[in-house]
Amino acid sequence: MSLTQPNRPSPPSWKSALTWLRRNLFSTWYNSVLTLVSLWVVYQGGRGLLVWMFSQAQWTVVQVNIRLFLVGRFPVDQLWRVWLVVLMMAAVTSLTAGILQSSRRGLMGVGLVTAGAVGLVPLFKGQSSDIIWVLAIGSMALVNLGLGPMLKARLPSQRLSRGMVTLWVLALLSLLWLLLGGWGFSPISTQQWQGLLLTVLTAVISMGLSFPLGVLLALGRRSPLPVIRTLCIVYIEVIRGLPLIGILFVAGIMLPLILPSHIQLDDLVRAICGLTLFSAAYLAENVRGGLQAVPQGQIEAAKALGLPPLLVVWLVILPQALRSVIPTIVGQCIGLFKDTSLLYIISLVELTRISRTVINQPRFIGRYAEVYLFIGLIYWLVCYLISVGGRHLERQLGVE
Amino acid sequence: MPKHRQGKGWTQLYLRKLRNRTVQGWIGQSLILLVVGLAIAYFGTNLVQNLQRLQIPFGFDFLFTKSGPSIGETLIEYSDTDSIAWAFGVALLNTLRVVLLGILWATLVGVLVGMARLSDNWLVKKLATVYVETLRNFPLLLQLLFWYLAVFLKFPSFENRIQLPGPIYLSKNGVAFPWLQPNSATMIWLITLGLGGAVSLWLWRFLIRQQIEQGTANKPWLWPLLLLTGLCGLAALTTQQPPFWITRPQVIENLVVEGGIQFTSEFSALLLGLTLYTAAFIAEIVRAGIMAVAKGQWDAAQALGLKPAFVMRFVVFPQALRVIVPPLTSQYLNLAKNSSLAVAIGYPDIYYVASASLESTGRSVEIVVVLMAVYLTMSLIIATLMNLYNRSIQLVER
Repeated sequence: MSLTQPNRPSPPSWKSALTWLRRNLFSTWYNSVLTLVSLWVVYQGGRGLLVWMFSQAQWTVVQVNIRLFLVGRFPVDQLWRVWLVVLMMAAVTSLTAGILQSSRRGLMGVGLVTAGAVGLVPLFKGQSSDIIWVLAIGSMALVNLGLGPMLKARLPSQRLSRGMVTLWVLALLSLLWLLLGGWGFSPISTQQWQGLLLTVLTAVISMGLSFPLGVLLALGRRSPLPVIRTLCIVYIEVIRGLPLIGILFVAGIMLPLILPSHIQLDDLVRAICGLTLFSAAYLAENVRGGLQAVPQGQIEAAKALGLPPLLVVWLVILPQALRSVIPTIVGQCIGLFKDTSLLYIISLVELTRISRTVINQPRFIGRYAEVYLFIGLIYWLVCYLISVGGRHLERQLGVE
Repeated sequence: MPKHRQGKGWTQLYLRKLRNRTVQGWIGQSLILLVVGLAIAYFGTNLVQNLQRLQIPFGFDFLFTKSGPSIGETLIEYSDTDSIAWAFGVALLNTLRVVLLGILWATLVGVLVGMARLSDNWLVKKLATVYVETLRNFPLLLQLLFWYLAVFLKFPSFENRIQLPGPIYLSKNGVAFPWLQPNSATMIWLITLGLGGAVSLWLWRFLIRQQIEQGTANKPWLWPLLLLTGLCGLAALTTQQPPFWITRPQVIENLVVEGGIQFTSEFSALLLGLTLYTAAFIAEIVRAGIMAVAKGQWDAAQALGLKPAFVMRFVVFPQALRVIVPPLTSQYLNLAKNSSLAVAIGYPDIYYVASASLESTGRSVEIVVVLMAVYLTMSLIIATLMNLYNRSIQLVER
């Protein structure tokens, strides 16, 4: 670095743009060819897509059927229960997010999303009550995001985390109560859970159930006791060698056969069993990676402190192991969410299946492309949200 | 410690033994074994009782009854008066066809896209990123349905087929394009090329090793290439025939296609969907593998004066391969397992035929056993082959 360099004015912007072009697009002759070819691809593809989207596609199929996509044939007069569930989940999630990490960007994001959602309601021919619900959900999220840091400042962290866990458990229990009915509400059968609602519910429940099972399997696979280790290895490897629909098939057909005849299992319960058994095996392998990454010194130090083996695992090994595999676990959540589309094959009316029903409506026969692009967008959005949430969690827990 | 607890009565000894870790371990393990055994026995008796109640017999002899399900697309002779076992074989061939082609194409596309993501061309890099991020985040089933229902079935009917140069015919019935047809000289050509190729490959590697050891530029590709060209010339002279004839699809009376090779819409959609989806994952693996090679390796190789292509071929790629192969194996396994989604678009793979024969025979337990055996064997074979390959490219430490 020379200090005597004169203060030259920065080159005019068109010149730097040219330099950028030359460096990034036309550095060698084959790069120029590649650039031209890609430009042609972008032009053709983009033009085709735009022309199709704005002149050939008929989006009324989505407009008219939005309720089917989101909740399927959930009884219309009971829809407020779904809204209430969303409100409750938004409240708990935003409170947790606010406590973990509150930023002005998060607040602005929630505000923008709410405004956008309010704008979407008339587009999909919603009623004014829908707007009120959306506004209520949005403002609840905003308030809770603001409330989080205040709670964090006032309450000791141990009481706070215990309170949040209780809140989550209560929220999940009342979710089941609201959606299933009973105890004062009219009962709703699980066959009426459809569309995106069913997709999200199965994904969340299966992930929640497979998590403890997967962790146990991972610990079992690393156990020094040969019998436990062998059992875990056999389970994990057999499940990983089979396709998911094979496992759903087994769960659908074999579960009723191996249980006593008086137990009748709901279709949804069988599917969730299949998804859980499947996901646990993959989760176990991911967690095992984390277990292997915990330095031996940590375990020896914990033992030297006189901790009993179970506490060594619970207090020392698992927190470090799980923290280091958050990215892969987030990846697996996304995978599981996408995999719920396989319930299509065993005739559960989730998002992909309900789109089939929509296309079979006489008015919209053959509108495959519109419908599949739309539900693809829904899948993509949820996956994106999961990965953003995962990245925040990672940063919060200090994973490098 | 109080005196009486130090006594040497057998109960005391026994209790002290119980406190021993290993003994505890064994007791715990036998308990778990007992529980697992009891659970299996419980489920087993339920199974037997349920099968008796539903009056479903058990046994694999039904596989040989001559009433296979109807299969739309077969590689070998099959009719629904053949046995169910034969139907399974036909379906297995269908599965293998899509899995092998899928692995081949997904690897090619994946490596290309992965390289493109590392390209110094901004536009190419962005395009590759868009490809990967889009395809990875849509469920595969949705993609398959999209390709099948919204693309392949939207082609015009066969009478109004689209003709591309080649000729390649696109229609609702599928794709037809030119292909190779073996002739009387094919065997001779294959033997010549196989042996010649092996010898040239060996020679090429030998010469390269010599070049690396001696540090002289002796054009290692020259002699092998000459050898191979010579052998080809010899084969052409003796047989007076090319190795293959090229057959073009020909439309006869506007109804059927003959010659060339024809893929049905189901097969094409499945192959395309599986390939593009898996390629997106492979691209990420390739990118991560190449990026995992330390930057010093690039610098050192360039400092030694190696050409860019050589840096990639001899320094970076061999090291990247060690990172790439294990996750690549699991992508191949995923592709093989995902091929079972064929059932959603009606391509008769093994899962499709299994569920079809379940409907006609009701033999759920046996069919589940066969299905599991087939998939586990396929996974095992892929994993074993890839592990062998993995071992062959590992770093040999001195």
